[in-house]
Amino acid sequence: MSSTPIIEADRLTREFVRRSRAGRLGRTRTTMTAVDEVSLRIDPGEAVGYIGANGAGKSTTIKMLIGILVPTSGSVRTCGLDPVRQRRTLAGRVGVVFGQRSQLWWDLPVRESFGILAAIHQLPAAAARSREQELVDQLEMAAFLDTPVRQLSLGQRMRAEVAAALLHGPELVILDEPTIGLDVLSKQRLRDFLLAERARHGTTLLLTTHDMGDIERLCERVLVLDRGRMAYDGSLAGLGRTVGAQRVLVVDLAEAAPDLRDVPHTRHLASEGHGLRQRLAFDAEQTTVPRVLAEVSRRADVRDLAVEEPDIEDVVRRIYATRR
Amino acid sequence: MAEPAAVRPAAPWRTRLAPYRAVLASRVRAQRSYRVSFALDLGSSLLVGIVELAEVWILFHNVTVLGGMTFASIALVFGIADMAFSLADLALGHCDRLPTYLRAGTLDVFYLRPQPVLAQLVASDISLRRLARCVVGAAALGYGLTAADVRWSAVTVLLLAVTFVSGWAIFAALFIWAAGLQFFLVNGAEMTNAFVYGGRYAATQPGRVWPGALKVVFGFVFPVAFAAYLPVLRVVDLPSPHPFPAWAGWCAPVAAVWAWAAALACWRWGMRHYQGGGG
Repeated sequence: MSSTPIIEADRLTREFVRRSRAGRLGRTRTTMTAVDEVSLRIDPGEAVGYIGANGAGKSTTIKMLIGILVPTSGSVRTCGLDPVRQRRTLAGRVGVVFGQRSQLWWDLPVRESFGILAAIHQLPAAAARSREQELVDQLEMAAFLDTPVRQLSLGQRMRAEVAAALLHGPELVILDEPTIGLDVLSKQRLRDFLLAERARHGTTLLLTTHDMGDIERLCERVLVLDRGRMAYDGSLAGLGRTVGAQRVLVVDLAEAAPDLRDVPHTRHLASEGHGLRQRLAFDAEQTTVPRVLAEVSRRADVRDLAVEEPDIEDVVRRIYATRR
Repeated sequence: MAEPAAVRPAAPWRTRLAPYRAVLASRVRAQRSYRVSFALDLGSSLLVGIVELAEVWILFHNVTVLGGMTFASIALVFGIADMAFSLADLALGHCDRLPTYLRAGTLDVFYLRPQPVLAQLVASDISLRRLARCVVGAAALGYGLTAADVRWSAVTVLLLAVTFVSGWAIFAALFIWAAGLQFFLVNGAEMTNAFVYGGRYAATQPGRVWPGALKVVFGFVFPVAFAAYLPVLRVVDLPSPHPFPAWAGWCAPVAAVWAWAAALACWRWGMRHYQGGGG
């Protein structure tokens, strides 16, 4: 791996000017800073989660990374290139999946969309075929390869979108909300694929998501954006420690029991129904669900359980709270 | 690292055009696969074309000679302009749907591909149903060429050929011009239709009937007067109306170059606006 960063941004800033009508004649110009002096460096092979509330500036950052938007000030280089000036060269080295917009042709079979994309990227025929076959196998797309895109389920379409973005073998893959709306199984499948792709090709991943599961499974590093400013840059575990984001085990007991305050590495949050349902918070770094469950079972008869994941919105909210 | 990416340009034209051929071929296949819908589109397109031709006929057939032009030479103007427009519409008519692309985010997808954005927009669709419109234009053109008082010579043939190609280029430029303006306008199609479709309408009529202001607009700003009317005056040997000199009939290529320069400038300006690079 080379030591040149794959993404390097220095005090990257983007302002939008909003013109609104004021009174009968006048117009006012309000300047809104969507991204405010964000500096970051991502090295080849990293997997980075980019999180923040809606409107925090994630999409604006991504658009600047790939040359759709021109920064108001500051500088950015992606794959060592100037994204705006060298957009076309960059496009051959970056793959982008927008969860909310399709890059497939809605009225064509998936296979044909891949053929057109191979032509657009001017891939040599043999390389395009073997890459397509690899993606079809890995993403289990053989069954719907000849189905028109408009007839695909959301999960199928998302897999096809990911394949379309990765067909040209990009060294950097940017995913904007890739798992939005997917069911558990589809999410799992997509995450497994991204892990395998990364292991096989050393691909760098940058993804925005509202799903903590995506971050936990895929990313070692997390960036949190708060109203255009970088609020956190570090490991996921560190993020958990910073804000105290914990998982919660909810146990339903066969009989009412006193509060379970002595289970190691857990914190008793609450009891309902005279102790029939109890909620225990724990840090994923210190213990695991089976261990906590074993400890609880020694103290009471467990009838049912549920695990509540830390909500990413909640994590972000806590970060914001600590900053203000 | 990932697989080798792409064969970079410096490749011959055939290879460079391959992406666009692939997209356009798929568009043609897609339209052919919805047969009933395609047939209905063809039918309605044809009907619109016929109505427009009938309108010219009703307007002008009672006056045997209008502005010195016979109905047959007016048909010639209509035929050249309408066919050039229909063929431009066939290739680029979807460009004024840019606001839809902006809203759906399709334009951002174009930025993700290693091809020029405008070329991708132009190649993103082709409306074969417009072929029906061409049939009407071709019929008018055929009638005009046989019935009008054309003084045939090699020069006439050259003039007609140059005019037709330039006319197509002028209308094609109007579509790109309109697309560039859509970046700034919220309901832009309403405004740009005025010069795109208004331009088509004006181009199919004898220009002598236009009031002075329209002569300036369609003669020098959106130069559709050069797409058919002024050259046809040369072909049937009639004087050009003020302020156009007699040789203006040969200036369709100049008008086309102007229209493209303005259209491309407008597109670049629009792109810069979209990307927020100032300007």
